Amino acid sequence: MREVAIVGVGMTPFGELWNDSLRGMFAQAASAAMADAGADHLDGLYVGNMAGGQFVGQEHLGPLMASQIGMAGIPATRVESACASGGAALRMAFIEVASGMSDLVMAAGVEKMNDGADVTEILATAADQELECYHGATFPALYALIARAHMATYGTTEEEMSWVSVKNHRHGAKNPKAQFPREVTLEQVMASSKVAEPLRLLHCSPVSDGAAAMLLCPLDQAGRYTDRPVKILGTGLATASLSLADRKSPAILDAVKDSAVRAYKMAGVGPTDIQVAEVHDCFAIAEICCIEALGLVEQGKGGAAARDGMTALGGKVPVNTSGGLKSKGHPVGATGIAQAIEIVEQLRGESGDRQVKDAEIGLAQNMGGSGASSVVHILGRV
Amino acid sequence: MPSPRYWRAIPSRLRLEAVRCRSCENVVYPSRRICPHCHGTEWDPAELSRTGEVVTSTIVHIAPDDFAMEAPYVLALIETPEGARLMLQVTDCDPEDIGPGTAVNLEFRRIRAEGNSGILCYGFKAVPAG
Repeated sequence: MREVAIVGVGMTPFGELWNDSLRGMFAQAASAAMADAGADHLDGLYVGNMAGGQFVGQEHLGPLMASQIGMAGIPATRVESACASGGAALRMAFIEVASGMSDLVMAAGVEKMNDGADVTEILATAADQELECYHGATFPALYALIARAHMATYGTTEEEMSWVSVKNHRHGAKNPKAQFPREVTLEQVMASSKVAEPLRLLHCSPVSDGAAAMLLCPLDQAGRYTDRPVKILGTGLATASLSLADRKSPAILDAVKDSAVRAYKMAGVGPTDIQVAEVHDCFAIAEICCIEALGLVEQGKGGAAARDGMTALGGKVPVNTSGGLKSKGHPVGATGIAQAIEIVEQLRGESGDRQVKDAEIGLAQNMGGSGASSVVHILGRV
Repeated sequence: MPSPRYWRAIPSRLRLEAVRCRSCENVVYPSRRICPHCHGTEWDPAELSRTGEVVTSTIVHIAPDDFAMEAPYVLALIETPEGARLMLQVTDCDPEDIGPGTAVNLEFRRIRAEGNSGILCYGFKAVPAG
């Protein structure tokens, strides 16, 4: 297997982008990634997208997006793993370059959620339609069930969950591409309206539009495109049952743990080597469960980590320096790529006010459904 | 939504029919071809008790359109004495009283009227026991 580097990145701002279409956002992010690498060709394209067919009635995104950037003819396909589609697209691109099949491949993600469709119903298609949605489950409800189980098992509190939101908004306030680049107080989070108890509005990531793209090539060719390549040290993908009822414990996200173990093993590093991480905080409880499953904190201590500042900028292991899904926004198919871009920029030393000093190894974890898919990538400065 | 979709689910959804794996004896609900525990493919029929216990629960305030009139409602993961787990609404209760360990009976109820055409959907809901 060849060593693989990320040599160019680009993304749109995240938010309610009423003037931008699905294809337009993709073209904007892809062009920025091409320009960042100074590349004029592509050998392949993977487009991460959860539900273009449902959000805007558009499927078959591989050829559509390739032609939007003047690359009609190249191998191009869409990758779908619900909210983990972006991370899964990155993994596909990695495998294609590592295998020797192609030399310059784009991994992208895009989602247009604000175009009039029923977002709650569409997102729920990532859960078990027959066993969960039939009875009135929504995504916040599924994570609320996880939260209540975590509280009962480990004593996690609503206040600790709220600190996750406060922290991520503090980080996002420093990110010009964030959908909600402003701070929130603990009191505001805890007084926000109830969505599915114990989750309140400010424990939930927003509905967003956006796109993100990155270019991958063999590490030994990276010099053609950049003097600051970032190496992909490891990748891990794991799955669990779609339905919460089929899991041993609803408080534990096994797929996250399994994907992390695979990525750590491939990278030859462990949780204590990670200096900065982007994790899938679609809901505040998700960040808590994920950092535990990733081994960044002890099992059951994820809530305290946010409250005590361990996962804040300046803490032991800053988590979601971009603002996370909570503050930066969560255009579902684009999220996995945007997370990896944040880590790339941290390792390149380009993160400005959000910079983690001397970061050399970072991790991005992207999740689909109520934890049924998880993709972990570990990146390293070259 | 075509109605055959509902006919297919009648045994599991309306009669709580499950299956017991002949090799590992785990009860699986609803039935499936391959046992998730041991990969066995031989099954005996099993019916779930109409009782159970809450594993974890939430109170849904922001509901899908078809359930909007019912919010706030309790949604819970229920475990039956056979070890099967189902996600069901808990009804006829004060939502605040429901939590891990709450004993429930499972009762046949209308679940919702689906979409614009209002197809009536039936199934089970949990009701606190006693």
